[in-house]
Amino acid sequence: MPQSARPLSPHLDIYKWQLTMMMSIVHRATGIALAAGTVLLIWTLLALANGPDAYAGVQAFCASKFGLFLLFGWSWSLCYHLCNGIRHLAWDSGWGFEIPRAYLTGWSVVVLSAVLTLAIWACVIARAGVS
Amino acid sequence: MSADLQTPLKRARGLGSAKDGTHHFIVQRITALALVPLSIWILFVALALMHADYAHARAMLHHPFAAVWLAAFVIAAFWHAQLGLQVVIEDYVHTRWLGIAAQLAVKFFCVAGALTCAVAIARIALV
Repeated sequence: MPQSARPLSPHLDIYKWQLTMMMSIVHRATGIALAAGTVLLIWTLLALANGPDAYAGVQAFCASKFGLFLLFGWSWSLCYHLCNGIRHLAWDSGWGFEIPRAYLTGWSVVVLSAVLTLAIWACVIARAGVS
Repeated sequence: MSADLQTPLKRARGLGSAKDGTHHFIVQRITALALVPLSIWILFVALALMHADYAHARAMLHHPFAAVWLAAFVIAAFWHAQLGLQVVIEDYVHTRWLGIAAQLAVKFFCVAGALTCAVAIARIALV
């Protein structure tokens, strides 16, 4: 509830959707997803330290449908957050604020993160086929 | 009545910034910069682990180079995650006790996660 009669800035739900704002929201969402994903990192390292039996549990989970779904999501999240993070670092150095350039780098991040994710899973599938 | 006798400066003191926001910004960028090569490396490690059995996986991370890079990744990643989640909570959680509880939970999780990973890395590298 507004605490004063001052005019408010346009709220998200009446704003026209734009690539730049979408990407900002997704950057946060992928960051949260990756933070949650550290649980798998902790589990994997602990299991590797503990022995083959513990590690078998990690391998079974990662090979399951739900595990693969999470791994796919995290791989794309990492690719997106990494590419868009570099875009943010460029902004921090003062480069790329012009609107056409913000859109060009934005679409580049969207395409590149998708290409990288597909490349990763192409590698996984290709090597699984060989072995 | 006493408030009327206070100068504007006296009233404003203690209500401004804690003067450490820039430090948060800078550390977030430093850890981000470190995570660029580290997370690319961790992607390759994860890809290799997908097709490795236990002995192979452990041998790969037993190497001192792997242990150092892994430790660097873990420290930078948990630090960066804590800084990022802190901002998300500050932005969206407006109930004071919930915000404090969430900040504490995130900090404890990140420190515990980083320490657990560090001990596991040491055991893989040294045992």
